[in-house]
Amino acid sequence: MGTEAMFGLTGKDFVILAADGQAAYSIIRLKNDADKIWKVGNMLFACSGPPADTANFMEFIEKNVKLNELRTGIPMSTKAAASFTRNELAHALRKGPFQADLLIGGIDNEGPSLYFMDYLASSEKVNKAAHGYGAMFTLGLMDRYWKPDLTEAEAIDIIKKCIKELETRFIVDLPGFKCKIVSKEGTKDVTL
Amino acid sequence: MAPVANPKSFCLDIKKSGEAPKLMDFMKGTTTLGFVFQGGIIIAVDSRASMGSYIGSQTVKKVIEINDFLLGTIAGGAADCSFWERHLNRLCRMHELREKERISVAAASKLLANIFWQYRGQGLSCGTMVAGWDKKGPSLYMVDDQGDRHKGNVFSVGSGSTFAYGVLDTGYRFDLTVDEAVELGRRSIYHATHRDGASGGVARVYHVHEKGWTKVIAGEDVNKLHYMYAAEKNLKGDE
Repeated sequence: MGTEAMFGLTGKDFVILAADGQAAYSIIRLKNDADKIWKVGNMLFACSGPPADTANFMEFIEKNVKLNELRTGIPMSTKAAASFTRNELAHALRKGPFQADLLIGGIDNEGPSLYFMDYLASSEKVNKAAHGYGAMFTLGLMDRYWKPDLTEAEAIDIIKKCIKELETRFIVDLPGFKCKIVSKEGTKDVTL
Repeated sequence: MAPVANPKSFCLDIKKSGEAPKLMDFMKGTTTLGFVFQGGIIIAVDSRASMGSYIGSQTVKKVIEINDFLLGTIAGGAADCSFWERHLNRLCRMHELREKERISVAAASKLLANIFWQYRGQGLSCGTMVAGWDKKGPSLYMVDDQGDRHKGNVFSVGSGSTFAYGVLDTGYRFDLTVDEAVELGRRSIYHATHRDGASGGVARVYHVHEKGWTKVIAGEDVNKLHYMYAAEKNLKGDE
């Protein structure tokens, strides 16, 4: 598991994703302001793993989702995008797997959806999710405080609690958490 | 290609099996660093090539002049770095001819990163920085043999990088003057060579600015620098 932390929750009519900003090489912190949450179509993809794998995989997915939009004339639904992404991971798995773990958030006609996806190409639609060692500390917390129809303020509060918990209990100091929300109005950054 | 069952993983397999101990011992001892500041970019490197405890050379050139406005640094396998960075020179020139404009630093570094991604797992050993001044101003990218590519303001690569980071991070400000920045680069390399056995020789410093790059310090013996810095503190240099 990488010493990275990513988590996400669904709210009333939005999905919120947060990821740390650390890019490391061996024992050196190369960057503390890395942005691991990608904007793909009108969805958000948070992707963790070795930077080479995540960058190459996400750029590929991003451009293919855009191509699909150009070909069909309509934006891809979150369900379809998640399905396509999972398929790509599955195809690559037994040839040259991408070491990429993802959280996919988007709004469809049915409402907000959050997909948990990992490098083994498993995919599940969930209400709350987390990746990395950070997950061990935050899932319990999210289970405790999540409820259906969270407001943006309540969701941001839970995210802040998660980050605080990591600062308290995780031996690795993870700087520069970035947080983004996707809703019907589009995507926006959240200052924590 | 190597006449074995798995030519793709030949380099790594040979290394793992230990059948040819000297063959795969790439010269990894290095300190290279680069940082962006108000006057452009400073690139500073050492010049030692070591194979284990043997010093192969003290006069290696670890900065590759990709073209008149792009610099690349070498850490890891000298052959891998210099070959692919010279290849990058060709790709940059082709871009210029096709597009009728200079290639951006972002694009040049991406071309290099894509090459490393393609050869992933086949044993290339390379930690390089690509620095240049383009339409967007000065840019510094770190690209390594895994295919990682990072944009940033301060980087150091090599076995001595952690020592250099200490001096670099505490002395760094964006608004350094050119002279202060050159001195910071030189000093960081000196301190790294003092602590890291695999770094040494001479310190070389380049300055990347709007009009291209300048070789500010062609090569200053780090031993001389040691006694010079000690004298500044009124010390003998053997403490």
